Amino acid sequence: MTWGLLLQAVISGLLLGGVYGLVASGLTLIFGVLRIINFAHGAIMMLAMYASYWLHALGGVDPYLSILLTAPLFFVLGVGVQRVVIEPNRRAAEHNQLLLTLGLALFLENLALVLWQGDFRTVRSAISGTSFMLGDALVEGARLVACAGAVVVCVGLFAWLRLTDAGKALRALAEEPEGAALMGIDVTRIRGVAFGMGAACVAVAGALVTPFFYVAPDVGESFNIMAFVVVVLGGMGNFLGALLGGFVIGLAESLGATLLPGSLKYLVVFLLFVLVLLLRPEGIFGGARGR
Amino acid sequence: MSLLSLHEVDVSYGDLPALRGVSLEVEEGEIVSVVGANGAGKTTMLRTISGLLRPRRGEVRFAGERLDAAACHEVVARGVVQIPEGRKIFPSLTVLENLELGSYVKRARARRRESLEGVLALFPILAERIRQAAGTLSGGQQQMLAIGRALMARPRVLMLDEPSLGLAPLVVREIFRIVAEINRSGTTVLLVEQNTRQALALSRRGYVLENGRVVLVGTGAELLDNDHVKRAYLGM
Ligand SMILES: Nc1ncnc2c1ncn2[C@@H]1O[C@H](COP(=O)(O)OP(=O)(O)O)[C@@H](O)[C@H]1O
Ligand SMILES: [Mg+2]
Repeated sequence: MTWGLLLQAVISGLLLGGVYGLVASGLTLIFGVLRIINFAHGAIMMLAMYASYWLHALGGVDPYLSILLTAPLFFVLGVGVQRVVIEPNRRAAEHNQLLLTLGLALFLENLALVLWQGDFRTVRSAISGTSFMLGDALVEGARLVACAGAVVVCVGLFAWLRLTDAGKALRALAEEPEGAALMGIDVTRIRGVAFGMGAACVAVAGALVTPFFYVAPDVGESFNIMAFVVVVLGGMGNFLGALLGGFVIGLAESLGATLLPGSLKYLVVFLLFVLVLLLRPEGIFGGARGR
Repeated sequence: MSLLSLHEVDVSYGDLPALRGVSLEVEEGEIVSVVGANGAGKTTMLRTISGLLRPRRGEVRFAGERLDAAACHEVVARGVVQIPEGRKIFPSLTVLENLELGSYVKRARARRRESLEGVLALFPILAERIRQAAGTLSGGQQQMLAIGRALMARPRVLMLDEPSLGLAPLVVREIFRIVAEINRSGTTVLLVEQNTRQALALSRRGYVLENGRVVLVGTGAELLDNDHVKRAYLGM
């Protein structure tokens, strides 16, 4: 174990952590408004990664550029899924709604398996393979761009929530649904918008990771689990907590992988998860919803 | 023709009836109060008008149009605005954000700045706390915020569900004074209260609700002088 390795782990962890932060922001947004953990979040990200993959494979579109298409497309898709699948079951018991999103995830993964088989596919962007040294550590250009892009989108999302009427309506709905309805907010529509924004978040995250990751039907699972841990860590429904929590979990995963034998890679992450649940169930950044 | 009316309205929770054949009229410019004990059905009535509950039978009309099939946000858009029991403000949002959300509907959004000036003139304390999280306000200030937020929607009918609940007597007086002032400036008011004496004293007309039925109707003065009201609600 050298300082170089440790520095490398810290940098890799933080860079992927930014992406976790974005995926978790989408998840926490959906949770805040719909009061359900969307277990199909990762599967939707997987679909978006295929969308970026095919745009590149068939149309030569750079994965970063594909965001211009996939983000709006997945927003609309998310609104549709919410309207058709989630909304009709809104009054069902919470565990049934969880099962619903889990079922959706299984359906999407198997759909991908049927359509595109289980092969690992890769996408190259113009900057895939570029890198530079930071001290003893190697920084890959694509990972740096992914992190920076994720943070920019998170900040944008945060600003949207703070500054626009629709964003404020969404926060109001997360906090006091009936109060929101009584102010003339079309709560059904805003619930759709929240799910759509969540889907758009993973569409962006998916496109940002494809240049250094792989695409496969189960690629979303690990992101889903990590984002779930981040959401719990950051406080359910807390947007800033989701971004900060993303960095914490990215770091924990990466340090775990460096310090522990391969099979115990996630030990640190889940240890942190259990500790937070036991000691600070409202999240380490405070639990206020609608922040 | 009255501005807001209920005609023979039945509402139930599952099989349990909460309103039975309730009819009520509110004329333009009036203050009308609905008084009754806990569980009489007052909140159920306002929630039905707001579109949060659906009547099983009967009609709700506003300005001649049916309201009983409209979604809650459509009811607000038409100008029928409720300040709910327990206020339901947005505690982690700032006072300003709460007020801005009051003018969320299109008709009100266009006049947001003008409405805000009016509300802050009516409640100077809100101007002082404008950047504060609404949850940090005292109970009386939260009620003022709830009223201010509803006024931002530029209501034609303002409905208040027990605005005096849980407030100190001095603050209650202040709230009733403001309700009267809002009415004087042209807004029709439907006030639901358990604070029978003050509510009826303020109102042109009143309804007494018992077990989901209207048992008495009259002018405020008539009801204050009614033997049943005196015995059952005024402790005389
Ligand atoms: N959500 C509900 N589910 C079932 N019963 C309810 C519900 N809300 C109110 N009720 C019942 O309906 C009746 C009227 O309640 P409510 O309208 O809240 O009265 P009030 O506002 O006059 O105190 C009461 O008997 C109450 O128990
Ligand atoms: Mg009540």
